[in-house]
Order: sequence, then structure tokens, then C-alpha cells
Amino acid sequence: MAKHIQVKDLDIYYDEFLAVQGVSMTIEPRSVTALIGPSGCGKSTFLRSLNRMHELVPKARVEGQVAINGRDIYGSNVDPVDVRSEIGMVFQRPNPFPTMSIYENVAAGIRLNNVRMKRSELDDLVERSLRSANLWNEVKDRLHRPGGGISGGQQQRLCIARAIAVDPAVLLMDEPCSALDPISTQAIEDLINDLKPDYTIVIVTHNMQQAARVSDTTGFFNLADVGQPGQLIEMDTTAKIFSAPREQATEDYITGRFG
Amino acid sequence: MPLSETPSAVARPRLRAGDRVFAGLSTGAGLLILFVLAGVAAFLLVEAWPALTAPPEEVPGGRGVALYVWPLLFGTALSAVFALLIAAPLAVTIALFVTYYAPRALAQGLGYLIDLLAAVPSIIYGLWGFTVLAPATVGPSGWLADNLGFIPLFAGPVSATGRTMLVAILVLAVMILPIITAVVREAFRQVPRLHEEAARALGATQWEMLRMAVLPFGRSAIIGASMLGLGRALGETMAVTIVLSVSGGVTVNLISSGNPSTIAADIALQFPESTGLAVNTLIASGLVLFAVTFAVNMAARTVINRRSEFSGAN
Amino acid sequence: MSVPTRTERESDLTLTEAAPVRRTLPPWAPYAALAVAIAVGGTVTLAGVSAGLGAVLTVVLYVACVVTVSRLVEGPRKAKDRAVTTVVTSAFLLALAPLISVLATVISRGTARMDVEFFTFSMRGVVGEGGGVYHAITGTLMITGLATLISVPVGMLCGVYLVEYAKGRLATVITFFVDVMTGIPSIVAGLFAYALFALILGPGVRMGLMGAVALSVLMIPVVVRSTEEMLKLVPNELREAAYALAVPKWRMILKVVIPTALAGIATGVTLAIARVIGETAPLLVTVGITQSVNLNPFDGRMATLPVSAYYQYVNPGVPPDPSLDRAWSAALLLIIIVMALNLVARLISHRFAPKSGG
Ligand SMILES: Nc1ncnc2c1ncn2[C@@H]1O[C@H](COP(=O)(O)OP(=O)(O)OP(=O)(O)O)[C@@H](O)[C@H]1O
Ligand SMILES: [Mg+2]
Repeated sequence: MAKHIQVKDLDIYYDEFLAVQGVSMTIEPRSVTALIGPSGCGKSTFLRSLNRMHELVPKARVEGQVAINGRDIYGSNVDPVDVRSEIGMVFQRPNPFPTMSIYENVAAGIRLNNVRMKRSELDDLVERSLRSANLWNEVKDRLHRPGGGISGGQQQRLCIARAIAVDPAVLLMDEPCSALDPISTQAIEDLINDLKPDYTIVIVTHNMQQAARVSDTTGFFNLADVGQPGQLIEMDTTAKIFSAPREQATEDYITGRFG
Repeated sequence: MPLSETPSAVARPRLRAGDRVFAGLSTGAGLLILFVLAGVAAFLLVEAWPALTAPPEEVPGGRGVALYVWPLLFGTALSAVFALLIAAPLAVTIALFVTYYAPRALAQGLGYLIDLLAAVPSIIYGLWGFTVLAPATVGPSGWLADNLGFIPLFAGPVSATGRTMLVAILVLAVMILPIITAVVREAFRQVPRLHEEAARALGATQWEMLRMAVLPFGRSAIIGASMLGLGRALGETMAVTIVLSVSGGVTVNLISSGNPSTIAADIALQFPESTGLAVNTLIASGLVLFAVTFAVNMAARTVINRRSEFSGAN
Repeated sequence: MSVPTRTERESDLTLTEAAPVRRTLPPWAPYAALAVAIAVGGTVTLAGVSAGLGAVLTVVLYVACVVTVSRLVEGPRKAKDRAVTTVVTSAFLLALAPLISVLATVISRGTARMDVEFFTFSMRGVVGEGGGVYHAITGTLMITGLATLISVPVGMLCGVYLVEYAKGRLATVITFFVDVMTGIPSIVAGLFAYALFALILGPGVRMGLMGAVALSVLMIPVVVRSTEEMLKLVPNELREAAYALAVPKWRMILKVVIPTALAGIATGVTLAIARVIGETAPLLVTVGITQSVNLNPFDGRMATLPVSAYYQYVNPGVPPDPSLDRAWSAALLLIIIVMALNLVARLISHRFAPKSGG
């Protein structure tokens, strides 16, 4: 059950430093939204404010609203842990838990939260998640080997399997392919397409072709000026952004004249 | 679409029960460290109080706590300072050897050998000092008394057993060597490669490079490490208890049979047999030892920490 | 090093016979000098001078040889460098001398009583020969075990606090005082435990638990420091991965951070045990000594290996030899335990060192 995200006038701070300013956007369910923009413009910062990971940085805070299916996740009696259980995240560098096996990594979201589950159900869940992540065939014979013992691309798919095992509604991905070779990148892109019917996916990428290939909607972030906070410059369907953007800055960026 | 919540800027996350308990426990453990330190001072003071307030003639020695502690404090300082004078240069040299002279492949193993010196329990240093080192110093001490007897330190007459302040000092020096070496090595490890290479690029020999780039950089670490070593030497108990043949009194003569005791050794010797006010007096002397070592250690850590702040700038 | 003159540079360019710009001693030269020095020193020693003097003579001779030759061939700066190299190396060897001497002494004297009786009997009713340290072994294990039970949770929690929770000033203050606490003299820790229990239970009290408390004061800061250092090595990405799976912080710490750092923490704890298991002074003033087995740490005196070695040595009977033998054997046992713990610590950290692949 994918969900709908609405962001309104979001300002994101690191202590006194305003990193991202005035972002408003709507993210449709069962779609892939790509966020692009030059380095340091606040894409990661914005993405992490969608599941309240941002506030883990000391003194970091946000102002404004982020609503998932109409419920403000920054509401005063909302537990960030609950928010994160609905919104999964995949990081730039694959980060499987080194002390756990492949199986345990996938089951981590269940086990770490002490959710009681029958062994057979858990086996099923692990298999389903690994299949969804297109990893099952490659690791089914070594489920109990260390999670760090597979290739980088496989590790990243393992992390995706781990994220979807807890059945989130939204999946956030921060440059999930930047540490991977083209073949593994292809595998992840295929995976994103497969996942689209069931999830709301937001992906940050530096790769224009990738954004064009996988996303339905693209948002372009940029710094208003040097030393100014990052802003959402333009957001539209991917086709529109890559063929006829409204803003000059967007066009400059995607044609590689800048950044 | 209407948002169900009014904007809330800095919503403090609501903590779960598990989080609250665990955060409480670990914060408590952190504070416990401070309470233990305060507790050491407080409990020693409470137990020392009867001796501090008793009429001087009832305190062992019959002249009050201050005069009871003073010769011990003198012996403690004498042994620790001389041990440091021997150990500090040696430790710096060893740290240089392990970091810059030993073959790379062996360096870690050799450093580990030095660390092993710290692993030997102090009682064993005591037994060794008593049986091996003490007899071995009798001959050389005789030579010192004959040839350098004009220096008060070597005035003699030479002790026949060798259980002298000199041996206590040597044993202490061996015992504090590893801690000083470890801290200095750590500092040398952090010398910016750039400084080293700059010196080498100027054509400096190994030694010139060390003098130009490494020793100045390590200076405050050397000072801090020495003070740490001093703290250890001040409080070392069993080795001195066993090695030193004590006669009381205040003298700087290192090789005779008349030696002042140290606070720690005196406590170890007297405490098991003491009762009543004698125990309070010993605890009072322990309080003095605590205060002195605490001050020395605080100063040492301050010096060492200050260095690490500076090195950040490089 | 002299700046190469024009002609030298030109000759380099012609690539004829690459004559060295500076003359240096061949690599075997210092060894030759060392051989000569050892030969002379050895001969003198055999001729009746004391071994120490022979060694000093050897070193002096070696330095003199090398420095003189180097000065003649390589110039004063290089000669000085060689002199320093020799001094630095000798300092290291000098520091090893006590280690070797201590080990040799303890091993040669301590093997006398490494027999079955030594490990299975207490000193109850023993006069003269025989007897053992069974009571002291049980005492040492119990007291050290109790100290570990106290120190590990407190130390680990404090380390967790410093790395995962503490912010700002309080963290700095606690870190600083943890460092200072590592420098508390062990006898003071013993007096602290005594004073604490004397206040509660009255003066003159002795029991195993007091010793454990005293040892904990020495152990806790070591555990805190190693926990702190190991937790800092856990990559933040793992914490984030756990948070992103909606894991509450405390579970994240308990199930992700601590397991990842566990090998390092175990190494630190083992070293901390090794540090306190040989402590004598704090036990002398808190648990004292007894001749028989006492398995109740909450009541009465208890024997421990270091304290019993101490008493066997300072209060030997007549004749003293059986008692001294027991003391040395207890010392040997102690040193074996401590070295074994150090070895185990190395093995743990080696075996479980963070590896990237599987
Ligand atoms: N932990 C932090 N503390 C303070 N400032 C930070 C922190 N992380 C990021 N910033 C700042 O916030 C701004 C946005 O950073 P962010 O990492 O979100 O950029 P990005 O668009 O993801 O860049 P990249 O494409 O390189 O990943 C930058 O100016 C950065 O310096
Ligand atoms: Mg980023």
C-alpha cells in the first residue's frame, strides 16, 4: 500500500545553518520520483527529512510540514520510530550488518524490533524479500554466510531486501547505485521498476540517464546562490524536465553546462 | 489536501519506555564515575577524621598526623622523582626505537614486549627486586660510596643486603617505563608525515629529522606521559614494600640501610596489623597520597589533552 | 648533505660509471664492529670481570668503533646519526633486560612446587613442607570474577553513555575523570573499599566483596576506555541502517552497535582482568589472608594468590625454604595467568578483527 507524501514550506537546518529552504512538493503513490541537482544542494538532507533521519544529526531540525497520507510526521505526538517503520531507506554505500548473516540481515527489521514470528513465516518473508530484491537466486545457497561476504552490488540489493522486508509504504534511496558497476546498477534499476507498483519511491541520483530511465517525476534542486540554502527549483514529469524544462538553470544542469 | 496537524517546529521526540530506561542506566553509569571519585575522597576523609582530630600524642609516633605523614611523603616523592628521572629519558628513547628505528615488520611485536613489562604484577617485581636486583647492587653501590661519596645521594655506608632506596627507585623505573613509552609512542605515531618528509627532503639524517620534526611535536606528550609515570610511581605499593628495608627518618642517602618508607608501602606494612586510631592514621596518609596522585594525574591529562587539541590543526 | 656541485651534476648526466656522490660505509660495517666489540667484551668477561661491566665495555667499544670509522669515512653528521642509532637500540635492549631477568627468575624458582598438591591443597594446618594454594586460587577467581561482574556492566554502560548519549560538557568532564581514575593508586582503591564498608559495617571488617569493590575501582576505567574506543569505531552507517528499519535507539545500541564492537570490548575486558588479577595491595587491606578455603565472598577473610605469595615470602617459617618455594610458585602461577590473559586478549582482537569480506 503505497502512500502519498505532501511537503509544505519545509526549511531544514543544521543548527543555525539553513541547508534547504522552502520546499513544497507532492509525491504520488506508486510512482518513482527522482531528485537531481549539483553536489551540496541538499538532496540528501531533504530525503532524510522525509523519514525523520535528519534529526539524528545533533542540533539538526526542520520547520514546515511533511505529511504522509495526510498525517504530519513532525506532529508533536508522533514517534519518529513509527514514521521510519512506514518509510524505508537505502543508503549510498551498502551497509549490511557485518555481524549478521544474509538471512539475519533481511530479518533484521523483524528481529531487532522483537516482532514475534514463526520460523516458517520468517523463512517465507526472507525468501519473498530476497526475491523482490532479485537476489534470491544468487544467495539462496548461502543464506547463513556473513552479509558482508557478497559483492557490493549484491550487498546493495541485500539492503533493499532488508528495507522492504518490514513492508514500508515508501522507499527512499540516496544514490543507491553510485558505488556500483554498470551491471549491478542495471539490476537495481530493474528492481526499482519491479517495485514501483507497490511502493512510493524517491531516489536521489547524480546520473541523468538513470533519472530519465527509472523515474516518472523529477525534481531539480539547486543552490539559489553560493552560500545560499538549497531550493527546489522545478518539479515536473520526467519527460517534461528532460525535454522542455521551464527554468534555464534546469536546462543548464541536465545538458551538463553546469554543476 | 488538509493537514491534520498544525505546524510544529521542533517537536521533541517522545521517548519509548525502553529508550528511557536504557538512557537512564547509561547516564547513571557515567555519573557513577564522578560519584566514585568523589566517594573515594569523601569516605577516606570520613575514616581519616578521627586521626585528624585526635590529640597528637595518641596518633602512632606520638606527634600528630602531619609529622607522621611527612617523612613518608618525603620518601614517596624521593623514590618517585628519581624513578622518573631514570625512566623518562629511557622511555622516550625506546619509543623512538620502536617507532623509527626498529624494522617495520617487528615494530608492533617489540612494542608489545615493552607492554608486557606493565603486565607483570607488582608483587613479582618486589620478589625480583629483593632476590635479584638488591644483591646485584651491593657491589656497584660500594664503588659509588668510595668514588662519589661526596655526593649526599651516595654517602653510604653501603647496605649489606642491598634493600636500599636505590633498588626501590630502579624497580619503580622499570615499572613506570611501559606507561610512559605507550603514551609517547602514541604521540609519535601522530606526528604529521608531512613534517617528517619535509625534514628528510632537506637532507636531514634520521637523527636530525627526529630532532627537527618529531621531538618538538612530541614534547608536551613527553611531559604529560612523564607526569602519568610519576603518578604511578607515587602510588606503587608492593614492589617498594618488599624491596625497601625501612628505618624511618628523612635522608637522601640512596644506598645506605637507613631509608624513609613511602606512604603506600607504609600502609601495606602497617594496615593488616593495625586497629583503632592507627587505622584512621593510615587512612589519613592514604588520603594525602590520593590527593597528590590525583593532582599529578589531572595535570598530566590536561597536558596530554591539550596536545591533542593542537594537533588537530595540522 | 652537500648541495651537488655543477660538475657532479654533469657527471650524473653523462651516465658513466655512477660514482656515489657521498661515500657511505658498507652495510656490513656496523656488524663487523659489533663482532669485534663482542669478542673483546666477551674475552674480558671470561677473564673475570663482572658480566655487567663486560656488557658496558662491549657497547662503549662498539660505539667508539662505529663513530670513529663513520666520522672518517662519512663525515661528522652521519657519525652522530650512527651514534644515536646505537644509543637508541641499546636503550631498548636495556629495557628488555629486566623483563628477561624477571621471567627467568620466576620460572627457575617457581617450578619447584608446580605439583599436584600445590594445586589441590590449601594451607590449612600446614607447617613446613607441603600445602598448596587451592584456597588462594579459588579466592582469586571469586574476587576477580565478582569485580568483573561489577565492572563490565558499569564500564560498558558508561562507555555507551559517552559515545551514544553524552553531549557537550558533561561528556568531556566524564572522559577526563575516567582518565584520571586510571591513575588512582591501587592501595587507595583498597582503602576506599575499606572505608566504605567500615562506615556501613563497622571497623575491622574483611570480606571478599570488599576486595571486588576495590578491584572494580581499578577495572572500571579500563573497561570504559576500551568500550568507548571500540564503539567509536562502529561505522555510523550501521546505526543509520538500524534507525531506518525503525529500530528504537536502545535496541539499536544493544543489538547492532555492541555486537559489532564486541570483540574489541572483550579484548579490553580481558586486559582489564589481567591488570587486576595480580593486584596485591588493595586485597591486603580488604580481604586479608587466611589458611583455608572460603567460598563465601560476603563473610570473612579470603586468600588470594598475590596476597598469599606476599605472606609466604615475608613471613616464612623455620626453615624458610618450603614457604619461599610456595611464594615463587604462586608468583609463577600468577605470571602464567597474566600472560595467558594477555595472549587471549591478542587472540580475540586478532580473530575477530573487523574484516571486510567473508
Ligand atoms: N551533518 C551535517 N552538519 C552540517 N552541515 C551539513 C551536514 N551534512 C550536510 N551538511 C550541509 O548541508 C548542505 C547539503 O548537504 P547534502 O549532503 O544534503 O547535499 P547533497 O545534495 O546530498 O550533495 P551530494 O550530491 O554531494 O550528496 C551542504 O552545504 C552540507 O555542507
Ligand atoms: Mg548526498
